[in-house]
Parts: sequence; C-alpha cells; structure tokens
Amino acid sequence: MNAVKFLFAAYVATWAIHLFYIGTLVRRFSRLRQQLRELGKGK
Amino acid sequence: MKRLFPILSIVTVVMLGYALYLALVVAPADALQGEVYRIIYYHVPSAWTAFLLFFINFVASIRYLTRSKASTENAAKWVAIGIGVVGLVAPFLPPVRRLIPPGMEPSAVATTIVLIPALYFLVGKLFPGDRLDVLAVTSAEVGVVFCTIVLITGPLWARPVWGIWWAPGDIRLTSTLVLWLIYVSYLVLRRFSNSAQTQMLAAALAVFGALDVPLVYLSIWFFRTQHPQPVIGGGGSMDPRMLHVLLFSWLAFLLFGFLVCWSRFRLELLKREVEQAHAMESLAGAEDSERASLPLSRSSR
Repeated sequence: MNAVKFLFAAYVATWAIHLFYIGTLVRRFSRLRQQLRELGKGK
Repeated sequence: MKRLFPILSIVTVVMLGYALYLALVVAPADALQGEVYRIIYYHVPSAWTAFLLFFINFVASIRYLTRSKASTENAAKWVAIGIGVVGLVAPFLPPVRRLIPPGMEPSAVATTIVLIPALYFLVGKLFPGDRLDVLAVTSAEVGVVFCTIVLITGPLWARPVWGIWWAPGDIRLTSTLVLWLIYVSYLVLRRFSNSAQTQMLAAALAVFGALDVPLVYLSIWFFRTQHPQPVIGGGGSMDPRMLHVLLFSWLAFLLFGFLVCWSRFRLELLKREVEQAHAMESLAGAEDSERASLPLSRSSR
C-alpha cells in the first residue's frame, strides 16, 4: 500500500536526522579534543 | 558518573528498539487511517520532547537574565512562587474553569503551571552560574533537532491522510514552523555573533521564542485547524493499546533526548575550556613578546 511508504519515510527520516546530529556532535568532540591536545603540546 | 552514561545508553537503545517493535507490530492499525497512523509514535513524542526542551531553555534563559542583579533575581523568585500558587488554585475556580477548553482537565492545567516554578528552582540549583547559559544552548539545539523531526514527519503523515503536504494558514502548522524558525535564529545568533552581549541577547530572544510554545500547544483548542485534536487531555480519543505504545515511545525518546543533551552539554563545556585555553595562550604570547621587546627599547635609549 502507498501509505506504508510514507510511514517508512517518516521513520527513516527521524533516525537519519538523529544520526546526522549525533555525527556532528562526535565530529565536534574530536576536533575540540585535538585542539586541546595541540594546546597542551605548545606549553 | 562515568559509568552512568554507557549504562543509560544501553537502556535507551533497548527501549527505542522495543518502542519500534511496539509501534510497528503490537499497536493496532487505525480503523480510518490504516498503517500510516503509526507515524504518531514518532511524531507526537518528538513534539512533546521539543516542547519540554524549549521550556527548559526558557527557564534557563530567565534565570540567566535575572542573575545579574540580586534584586531582580529575588523578584523573579517571588514571581515563580506566585505563578505556582495561582496555578495551583486558579484552574479549579469556576470563572477560570469556564475558560479552560473542553476536554482539558483543571488538574492537568494546575500540574502544568506548577511545573514552571518547580523547574525554575531545580534548574537554578543544578546549573549554577554560567552553566545556565550552557544549559540554554544545549536545550535549544536539541529542541531544534526534535522540532525538525516534527516538521518532517508531519507533512509525511498529512500527504496520505489530508491529500496535501501542508495546510497553508493552519495555525498549528504555521506556529510550529515559526517556533522552529525562532530557535534556528537563536542558534544562528549564538554561532555567528562575537559580541560580549551575545549570551544576553540570545537569552532575551529565547524568552520571546518560548511565548510561541503555548500558542502551538493551545492553537488546536482556540482556532479552527486541520490538525487533529490532542490524544491526551483534549477532545481526541485513543485505543488504550495505542496510548500505551505512545507513552512508552515518548519515554524512550525522552531518555534518548536526555542523553543527547548530556553529550551536547559536555561538548559546550569542552568548547569553552578550549576557548579559555586559547585566550590564555594568546595572553601568554603577548606577555612574552612584550618582555622580549623591553631590553631592545632600553638599549636603544
């Protein structure tokens, strides 16, 4: 049935958005940790 | 504390998996809408979580704005207590009761209003000083993520049911979009403004933005709208099996939202630590170059 496609799309979109956001958090974390390491080395 | 995060993460994954099973397998299909109705188990919990996060942002922003002066902080404290006392009594008084939309219980209104001072004092106790601002940016960002999901799953549900993706001019839909835009502008302001007043301006914007939350929530009672009536505490009704799945799904998303907020909060603290370290380094660099230039200037005399 066509309506099931919309259900599937809604569930996939929800998890795609959450996973994308978690991915940005992980990337930002690793970038900041890298910066902190570099600052530590510079001292 | 370090162990709590992985334990909660495992619990959340299990709960989200079980919520998905309940939503797709256990919950019955809707008699009118069929299978597509199952979108409710993601759409509504996301909306409730977004509202809660915007509410936390509002409380944190108020506290941040009022903390600069002891007298303002004291006045805000008494206003919060006043709201709690009035909210506890007023919904049960006959003249006020008449104003409450049909289907909405006075006890539900009282509980919601009492939550305002409760959260106000809880936030103040758990997040002292600059942590209030960290909490505000955290709740706004995660709230925007959940609100984005609401705005995407909503049209995906509307298309097969209403025959249209979006009902132009519908107050529920429009006010939700405006709410999303306000908080996106809040995040843009925080991201791109370097002024010392940014945190204050953002907090003021958040207070005005939060005024849209009750409008979004109450719009379906006070205006004619395409959006269906609420399934809890309103004119709508729901099969108890569906309601159980909906509430479990919300609990799972609430826990997930809490963990994401926790991570975002730690990220913001780390970001501020790095900024502080950068500032200290440049200060030390400036002092070194000043010291290095001193003998030269003396010898030149």
